[in-house]
Amino acid sequence: MTRALLTINGLSKSFGGLKAVQHVSLSVPQGSLTALIGPNGAGKTTLFALMSGFLKPDSGSVHFDGVDITGRAPHINAVHGMTRTFQIVQPFASQTVRENIAVGAHLHIKNRQAALLAAERIAAQVGLLKQIDQPAGELTVAGRKRLELARALATQPRLLLLDEVLAGLNPQEIAEMIPVVRGIADSGITVLMIEHVMQAVMNLAAHVWVLAQGQLIAQGSPSEVTHNEKVVEAYLGHGTAARLRAAELARTPA
Amino acid sequence: MNSTLKELGSIVLFVAVVACVPLVTDSGVTLNFVMMALYAALLAQAWNILGGFGGQFSFGHALFFGTGAYIQAIAQLQFGLNPWLALALAVTGSAAIGLGVGGLTFRYGLKGSYFALVTLAFAEVFRILALSVPFTGAGVGLMIPLSESFANMQFASRKGYLYLMLGFVAAALLVTWWLKHSRFGAYLQAVRDNEDAARAIGVNPFNVKLGAIGLSGALMGAGGAFYVQVFQYIDPGIAFGPGTSVEALVAAIVGGIGTLWGPVLGAVVLHVLADITRNMFGQLPGINMVIYGVVLVLIVMFLPRGIGGIAASVKSFFSKRGKP
Repeated sequence: MTRALLTINGLSKSFGGLKAVQHVSLSVPQGSLTALIGPNGAGKTTLFALMSGFLKPDSGSVHFDGVDITGRAPHINAVHGMTRTFQIVQPFASQTVRENIAVGAHLHIKNRQAALLAAERIAAQVGLLKQIDQPAGELTVAGRKRLELARALATQPRLLLLDEVLAGLNPQEIAEMIPVVRGIADSGITVLMIEHVMQAVMNLAAHVWVLAQGQLIAQGSPSEVTHNEKVVEAYLGHGTAARLRAAELARTPA
Repeated sequence: MNSTLKELGSIVLFVAVVACVPLVTDSGVTLNFVMMALYAALLAQAWNILGGFGGQFSFGHALFFGTGAYIQAIAQLQFGLNPWLALALAVTGSAAIGLGVGGLTFRYGLKGSYFALVTLAFAEVFRILALSVPFTGAGVGLMIPLSESFANMQFASRKGYLYLMLGFVAAALLVTWWLKHSRFGAYLQAVRDNEDAARAIGVNPFNVKLGAIGLSGALMGAGGAFYVQVFQYIDPGIAFGPGTSVEALVAAIVGGIGTLWGPVLGAVVLHVLADITRNMFGQLPGINMVIYGVVLVLIVMFLPRGIGGIAASVKSFFSKRGKP
């Protein structure tokens, strides 16, 4: 069994009366490509915010590489190798793609020219080389998603938390993006992704956690969780699994 | 990169050209105009570092201006310090005030209009303090004895002051140039554009904004010290009143914030306008502020990138129209 790079234990967070995340524990093995899925409002993004330090948990702990980092500021986490992206893309709109990526590269490269050069290399890696001197504000949604990824990648992370990098893309763009994510994982970076696009999850993730109403309800390989009745019900509503089973039985000739 | 050196070259050229002005003319009016335009450019550049590059709009930059001015005056009057030493003290002191105010406001995450209001309030508090404590001379103000010599930083002709101010403006331009081509500057602009995104990739917004307000305060303090040397007088209204704050931010916004030359351009344009209106309306008090207000409204409505960004504004206007 491989060493865990990120471990969270009994993590909880409430906003007023809403229990966004309740006693969630999971452990991300070093070098793995894993996914966190769940219906809208399940608390996935909140969980990411708790891991990366954007939010402080009410209770529970986060360990990164064996160190307790619960509630540590996000910029310090980035320095130590954990970087997140945002579901709603957040480009530095007034700056070019190159300058955007260079901000990430600056984390470990002080020199401006060297950072701008590194930005070019990373732009090539995510397929943004053609748009590199465009203002980030003029990119298409797909371009912005790539930029979000590139900027995070430029910080030379050990753990990348990807929040729906495929959301809002058309099938063609998704098909283009999947190898990019795969390539990042193959280069040795541990990736944990929140994803709704099941095609991508099935294709990429070795292990999947399912979050519903703030709680972890299932985990396993992608095919295991998609056949898990609890998961089906979380997505499609209570009792669905039984109805589907009955329908399946009715269709099979006796 | 090429553009980096080109910009540096443009700064050198600008300084060289302005330095030649006193060599070709002795006209007091011309020299005074250039000096005051440079002075306005310095204030605008100082504001631009925090407002333009950092996205933190201060309405109370007079706070740093006044601090610099009073330190410059008090150091000479009370402690008999040489004005050049006093200048160093004034610059450091106003930077320190910047760090203090920045430390308080940024720690509690004040942004946008809240930040603007707090800076305005600080400037007003200092104005009232300066009116009430004895060592600032209260409402009477402070007067520096006239004694013209280089060692005393008082010059017989406007030329000396012009060169002194040109030195300050050159320093401000170099700081701005550095912001455009350094890690610190990249971080500052990243925080301006999107603070959360910057945090996620390892930028500490607090430190970055603190650095910017310190730099901005230092340059503004130099402006205040200069004022005292030129006019040999300071009082609480001049030092901490809203006039200076408004002048600094209007010139920067009119010229184009977050750019190298915008604030200089804005300062020159406003001074030309102020001169024209003075000739038309005579010395009607406050008329320049009325003009500034009108210009500011027009610029914000029609040229959000400032005069320096006319080309870009026109381009984006037409490209937006082209789209459905």
